[in-house]
Parts: sequence; structure tokens; C-alpha cells
Amino acid sequence: MSAPVLQATNLVKYFPTGKSPLLHRPTAEVKAVDGVSFTLERGSTLGIVGESGCGKSTLGRLLGRLIEPSSGTVVLDGHDLTAAGNPELRRLRPQIQYVFQDPYSCLNPRHSIAESIATPMRVQKLYGRAEERQHVRDLMERVGLNPEHINRFPHEFSGGQRQRIGIARALALQPKVIVADEPVSALDVSVQAQILNLLEGLQASLGLSYVFIAHDLGVVRHIADQVAVMYLGRIVEIGSPGAVYGNTSHPYTQALLSAVPVADPRGKGTRQRQVLVGDVPSPINPPSGCRFRTRCPQAQERCALEEPQLADRGGGHPVACHFPLA
Amino acid sequence: MSGSPLLSVADLRVSFTTPDGVVRAVDGVSFDVRAGETIGIVGESGSGKSVTANAIMRLNFGERVETSGSILFDGIDLAALDDEAMRRHRGSDIAMVFQDPLSALNPFARVGAQIGEAYRIHHPKAPKSEIREVVLDSLQRVGIPEPTKRVRSYPHEFSGGMRQRIVIAMALVNDPRLLIADEPTTALDVTVQAQILELVQRIQAESGTAVLLITHDLGVIAEVTERVLVMYAGRVVEDTSVNDVFSRPSHPYTLGLLGSVRSLDSAGRGSLRAIPGAPPSLVNLPQGCAFRPRCAFDLGEGSACATTVPVLSEVGAGRSACHLGVEVRRHLIEQVGT
Repeated sequence: MSAPVLQATNLVKYFPTGKSPLLHRPTAEVKAVDGVSFTLERGSTLGIVGESGCGKSTLGRLLGRLIEPSSGTVVLDGHDLTAAGNPELRRLRPQIQYVFQDPYSCLNPRHSIAESIATPMRVQKLYGRAEERQHVRDLMERVGLNPEHINRFPHEFSGGQRQRIGIARALALQPKVIVADEPVSALDVSVQAQILNLLEGLQASLGLSYVFIAHDLGVVRHIADQVAVMYLGRIVEIGSPGAVYGNTSHPYTQALLSAVPVADPRGKGTRQRQVLVGDVPSPINPPSGCRFRTRCPQAQERCALEEPQLADRGGGHPVACHFPLA
Repeated sequence: MSGSPLLSVADLRVSFTTPDGVVRAVDGVSFDVRAGETIGIVGESGSGKSVTANAIMRLNFGERVETSGSILFDGIDLAALDDEAMRRHRGSDIAMVFQDPLSALNPFARVGAQIGEAYRIHHPKAPKSEIREVVLDSLQRVGIPEPTKRVRSYPHEFSGGMRQRIVIAMALVNDPRLLIADEPTTALDVTVQAQILELVQRIQAESGTAVLLITHDLGVIAEVTERVLVMYAGRVVEDTSVNDVFSRPSHPYTLGLLGSVRSLDSAGRGSLRAIPGAPPSLVNLPQGCAFRPRCAFDLGEGSACATTVPVLSEVGAGRSACHLGVEVRRHLIEQVGT
């Protein structure tokens, strides 16, 4: 097996918050991502799921150093991104590109889509003008847009088409890894399916690797080869979709799955729904020991004292729980 | 299920004049809601679900809006009432819950005062002690812990899920007979969504309130509703029981919607059956069936699909708007598989 294309080790991001009136220094820290490690195999998709505030988007941004990690390393295809100086970072970044949630706000409304898609190529000074235009046309075709619309502006496109423009732009530098942060959650379901099919097709033809961040467990099950479930800045369970969805080991994953409404009324009476009580605790002061223990139906004394580490506890895939489900 | 329906909407049309032309947001919608029933309206953005709900509450107003049709609520035509009379129904007999609880609450007022206001408006002579009692009781009902303390909190002191509970408490304070919930859980995380849906179902079981639930999430529809209206481009294209929508859809659009949904237990990859294209512009609807440009079963140029707008006709226990014969449709739909 070849080396993984992306490897994150012990990534941590604390955001300072609160101001002491006298010292002008932050008085607390939001522990957004608190020790996350994973590897992404070449040509595969890692899905990251969790509720709002669990740190999944922050994690995504750390991977391409869009924000600086507090500690930890990201190794992209053998190169340590976190240790890279500016010139090296500029050389490495084309290999990791982003697709964001909102196709309305990530395109400049005053730029034609030719300019939007070409900007990354210009930043990297890759091509001359004529060549660049040809590349833009090729990219548009690749993502299912009509190349004749090259001079149109974002407002002339629908949401799904704009997301295609965003994807074309992410492809412009021929990246190895694409971090897609909620790429379909702003779209209608019928259009979501089109974009998911497009992403899968591109992966097959270009050998791309994806980090796919989403809150929709159904979408992630569909597209991912590995699924990581996050809660309060940590991965609580990671494994193949079959393992995480079918052989669930962490009580949080189970609660999350049982909360998803199922589009099939026939099972209505038979399904066991486990409704979590309360809200996610503050990431400024996460609970001692296991972070999920305050809402966990099977929490015991040990859970408050000792933080469970991510390890295979007999379920066949890593889980961070002292008392994993059988 | 006998007697006249609680709500009967007939040939409802709402259009907005915009610089680009007249937008026919709702174009001839008719349906009934019986007392105690839970009805879902499902559709994509721009299909007219929210405009329909707002029309029942008479919330589409302004010079650029034109509304026609009748909205009979318990025999009274809401569409024909003057503003003063409408105000007596709005928030008392019919209440509404919106998607974003933060913008539905006044950030400067304590939640107790806001819930109390909703009660006072319809009970102007109620003494303060009674209002307080009603407010505390309503907070209790929606599961806010420590109501006597929380009644004095401001909206920003609550989480998203708790805020939505407060909005629901406000809607229920006058014991409405119809509760309209417009995407009540769309802004919430799944675990919180589950809490809120459970709350809505419990309240309905306790009080027998009819619920009109608007959502784009077929999962939510399957979990809580009994009957479903599927909307597309301002029209109802299918109206049937929740079981039939999922097990034997009779409109090609419904079939397309179901194909686009990924379920939790369907094993992984393989291409989704996406509906090609995008919903049409409401300013410039295609001739004939609005779904035709995206429809896999289109009969082609010159056929009824291209020339005439299909009307809802009886199919089994429900209604569906498609030119294809029922048998043909069922056959085609079965071939594609659901």
C-alpha cells in the first residue's frame, strides 16, 4: 500500500476568547479541535460528521493551514505543511484545495466565472492568457457546465451550477486532496444528488482524495470510505461506513444515528429512537474525562475521571469510549 | 373522519409583481385539513410551500402581492375577513412556528413577557396572575427546565433548540386548533431536531391540535405526518397518505425526490438517481406541465404534457397531477424502482 496522501497528527486549535479588562489578554480558550489524528488514503474519501460546534469545519481549515494550528502536524504527500515556510507553503497549497458550503458567497459577484475559475492559475502563474482560457473551458466541461457560458456572472447561475463553478475552481490547480466543507447542504435534494454524483465521477477519473465534512449522516454514508464522528473537538469513533453505521460502538454515534428521521414510514413503530437530553456543553470548559459523559445514557464513575482514548475495543474499529456498545 | 374539514383551501393563488415579471408563487392550490390531522407539505425551494402557509395566516401583504381563492377555517373565509377580524384568529385559532427561532423572538424582551403578550392580546382582560400562570404552564409543557427562573431570561441565553421550544410555547399559549410549522427544525442539529419533533407529536396527542408541517426533508415527513402534499412550481402535484407517498408514489416528481434521498442503511456508493436540471423560473413557467423539462416520462412535443397543465385527479386514495394514465405511470415507476 502506498503512503497516505494526507496525515494529521494530534491537531489542536484553541481560539482565545474573552478579554480581561486590565490586561487586554484573552481569559479563556475555545477548544475547537483538541487532538485529532487521522490518515487519508490516496483516492479515498474521509467523511467527517458531527453537530454544529463539534470542530469539524475548524479541522477542515487546519488541513490546508487556512488557519494556523495551535499544535500538531499535517503531512501532505510526504511534506510537512505545518513546518513549511511561506515559499514552500505556496508551492504545496495547490495540492490541497477547498469547496465550501455556500456557492453564493464564495464567488465574487463582480467577476465573470472565467475570472473566478482562472484566479488560482494566475496566482500560481501557470499559463498564458490563451492557454488559461482553454483550461477554464476544459474545467467547465469537466464539471458539467456549458463552456459557452464562460463570460457569465455568478447571479446568472442556479445554486447547483454555482457549486459546480466552485468545484471547477478547486480543480484548477490539479490538487491531490479536496476538502469539501458541507458542499451540498445549501442545495435542494434533487440538486444535491447531482453534485454528489459529480464529485464521485471526478474522484474516479482524476484519482482525487476527499475530506468530506457534513452534518448529514446519509450523505456521508453514501460518499465516504472512512467516517469520523466528532464531538466537542475530538474524534469519538472512526471506521468504514459499514462499521460506524452498522456496528456502532460509541453511544454518541448511536444517538446521532437514531435521531435522523428515516424517509420510510413503514418502520415508524418499530424503530427505537434514543433522544439525547440537553445540549452540547461549552467547548471552553469541556467536561472532565469523557466529553460526552454529561449526556451519555451509560456514563459511569470512571467516565468522569479518565479520558477514553481512540482505540479498537473489540468492535473492529477505533472508538473512544470506556464502555463501548457490543 | 367525518364532518367538514377544519381548514379548506380552494384555488389559492398568490403572485408577486417583481421587476423581472409576475412571479406565480402559488398557482391554484386546494387542500383540506381535518381536525387533529397532521399534514406535511414537501417541496424544494421556490415550490410555494411557505407562501401557501403565509397565505393562510394572511402574512403576504403589500402592494406587489395579489392573492385570490378561499381559505375556509371552520366555515369562515379568512381571505374575506377585514384586518381587524383576521387579527382575532391569527395567533389564537391558528398559530405559526417559523424556521429561525432567533429572528422570531425579540432580543430585548424577556421570554416570559413575549409569551405573555401572545396570551394578553387575545385575553385583554386577563389579570397579571393568570397570565403568569399561563406562561409558566406553557414553558412547562414544552419542556423548559426551571420555568420560574427561565421566564425571566432573554432569548440569547437559550440554545437554538430551547429557543424553538419557546417559540412553540408562544404558539400554543392560546390553544390553537391549527398549528402551522414552517421548517421548524431545519436550523437545528439532528439530535435537537429529534427532541423538537417528539415535542410536536406529544403536544398534538395531548391537545388534538391539527398540524400543517412544511419541510423539505422527506425523513421528517415520514416520521410525523399522516398525509402529504408534494408541491412543485407553485402547484400541488401529489396529495396522498404518507405510506403511499413512499411505497407507491404516483407522480414522476415524487419518484425523483425519493431517488435523491440517501438513506442511512442503504449500503454506500453507486450513483444516485438525481433529477436532471433545476426547478423552473416562476416568472416564465414552461407551457403545459411545469415538471416536463425534467421528467423522465415526458410524452414529447405536441402531447398533452407539452400543451396542457395537468390537474389533480383521483389515484387510489389520493390525488395526483400527471397526464400519463395511472396504470402506465405505476408500471413505469415500478420499472425504475423505488
